[in-house]
Amino acid sequence: MKGNEAMAESAIIAGCRYYFGYPITPQNDVPEYMSRRMPAVDGVFLQAESEVAAINMVIGASAAGKRVMTSSSSPGISLKQEGISYLAGMNLPAVVANITRAGPGLGDVTTAQSDYFQATRGGGHGDYRTPTFMPGNVQELADMTVAAFDLADAYRTPVMIIADATIGQMMEPITLPKPTGKVFEKPWALTGAKGRAKNIVRSLWLYPDPGLPQNNEQLQKKYAQIEREYRMYEEYKTSDADYLFVAYGTTARIVREVIGMLRSEGIKAGSFRPKMGWPYPYEELRACAKGKKFVLTVEMSYGQMVDDVRIGMNGDIPVHFYGKAGGVILTTKDIITAFKGYI
Amino acid sequence: MAVVYSRPRSIEDVPFHYCPGCGHSIVHKLIGECIDELAILENTVLVAPVGCAVNAYNYFKCDTCEAAHGRAAAVATGLKRSLPDNIVISYQGDGDLASIGMAETIHAANRGEKITIVFINNTIYGMTSGQMAPTTLIGQKTTTSTKGRNDSMGFPIDMCKLISTLEAPVYVVRSKVTSAASALKTKKHIKRALTLQKEGKGYTFVEILSNCNTNWKMTPLDSNKWIDSTVEKVFPLGVFVDKFGEQK
Repeated sequence: MKGNEAMAESAIIAGCRYYFGYPITPQNDVPEYMSRRMPAVDGVFLQAESEVAAINMVIGASAAGKRVMTSSSSPGISLKQEGISYLAGMNLPAVVANITRAGPGLGDVTTAQSDYFQATRGGGHGDYRTPTFMPGNVQELADMTVAAFDLADAYRTPVMIIADATIGQMMEPITLPKPTGKVFEKPWALTGAKGRAKNIVRSLWLYPDPGLPQNNEQLQKKYAQIEREYRMYEEYKTSDADYLFVAYGTTARIVREVIGMLRSEGIKAGSFRPKMGWPYPYEELRACAKGKKFVLTVEMSYGQMVDDVRIGMNGDIPVHFYGKAGGVILTTKDIITAFKGYI
Repeated sequence: MAVVYSRPRSIEDVPFHYCPGCGHSIVHKLIGECIDELAILENTVLVAPVGCAVNAYNYFKCDTCEAAHGRAAAVATGLKRSLPDNIVISYQGDGDLASIGMAETIHAANRGEKITIVFINNTIYGMTSGQMAPTTLIGQKTTTSTKGRNDSMGFPIDMCKLISTLEAPVYVVRSKVTSAASALKTKKHIKRALTLQKEGKGYTFVEILSNCNTNWKMTPLDSNKWIDSTVEKVFPLGVFVDKFGEQK
């Protein structure tokens, strides 16, 4: 199944019945698939007039207590940042997928990993975080989509999925995930104040109302809980390794090939693959890298996730970086050349 | 003793923050009375905009969702599509609806979202203290058009006219609240719009000319006179669209 369609179908499996989107390459399969599937499951598909409108429709549906999703690609995600900040401030759950393409600006429709900062550092204004899933293949994209809805509802927060265009566009055999069956009560939802006090969904409190500092502190507590609960990563041939690669998404697959090639030359290398960009598995990475000669972070960017690797290492061992961005897929040859430059 | 006048049941018993004489307070009351008379309080979800009415959730007793500046019609779309049996009211001002939110406004209207927009047109940005709005009249002085708006700054946008060009809207009307008589007429329009929504008929749009006496730097009485004498000439009152016939 194609990555984008696997994600769309998995959203439906997770009980998502509302999708608001806007066309942008390379994620057009998602709105196209949703436009066919949603009516078949009595759901709502709506092609919005813009990404800005789409994310605000998501706010409306989420405020009404519904499982709702939108997807886009890098320039469109920039437009959605306003709404993502509001979702965070309003404590509203939603799943936002970014099938990332190259930037800055209009960039290129081809693959890249240069939206890591945007996803993991907040993206919009204000003190907030978005839990960010980073699938490495189509199966994970499907599984993480289901997990993203549960996380969003459990913590009443927008959740992001960032998958580079390669994963969105790639076809792989997968087993579709099963619904988790988790039920989330939403007594805060706007459904009409019948038999209860009115509900208000808001992100504005004007001084001297203590609401804003209270809401912000509550958000930080929530983020601390998510950080404790979510530590998603995968290690590959790390136990005997002298050198450690860190990479995610499609790049991590290329790095696996590199590791095989290096090992055939007698060079013991392994890799650590974060499956979430926030919360980042800092302690786990540090433990994994202990005793290695150096860490080489590889990204289809000019160095974004490497900041988190450096935070995780905290100066323990050297952290190097190799990456390119602008629609180019890294080659094993280039990665090996970069690696050997540090030996 | 018989009660001859009271606060609508749908309105909270709290002081409004609006300036004395401002039309927002009157329109809130009118909406509250319509909600009461149609018995839809428990079924209504209000969208509060960015602008002077940003705190509307403190004044109405119904469920309320805030919206970012200009996005109220999109938020209302998401709400109504999720809650087709509820009444969704989007309460917006001119900067919100006709400037930053023009795309959301036009497209929600064009899709015929079954919502009611109550549009307060006071020809100025009130909350941010008196800048030029898309509806500011030519010659009108604001803090960002201190010598008066001229045609290089654009012309006042007639939203009722614009929305009337679309196929989907079922009720488009412009009204004012400068006197008891005009306020009562406005109430009839709001009630009709909400009734049409209740019946699932389609998109309804009620524009209300309202004063911003503080930023116009006039007394409330003078500001209402200015609407009657001048604003109304640029924004004529009337029913622009009524697909299901004016209620007698």
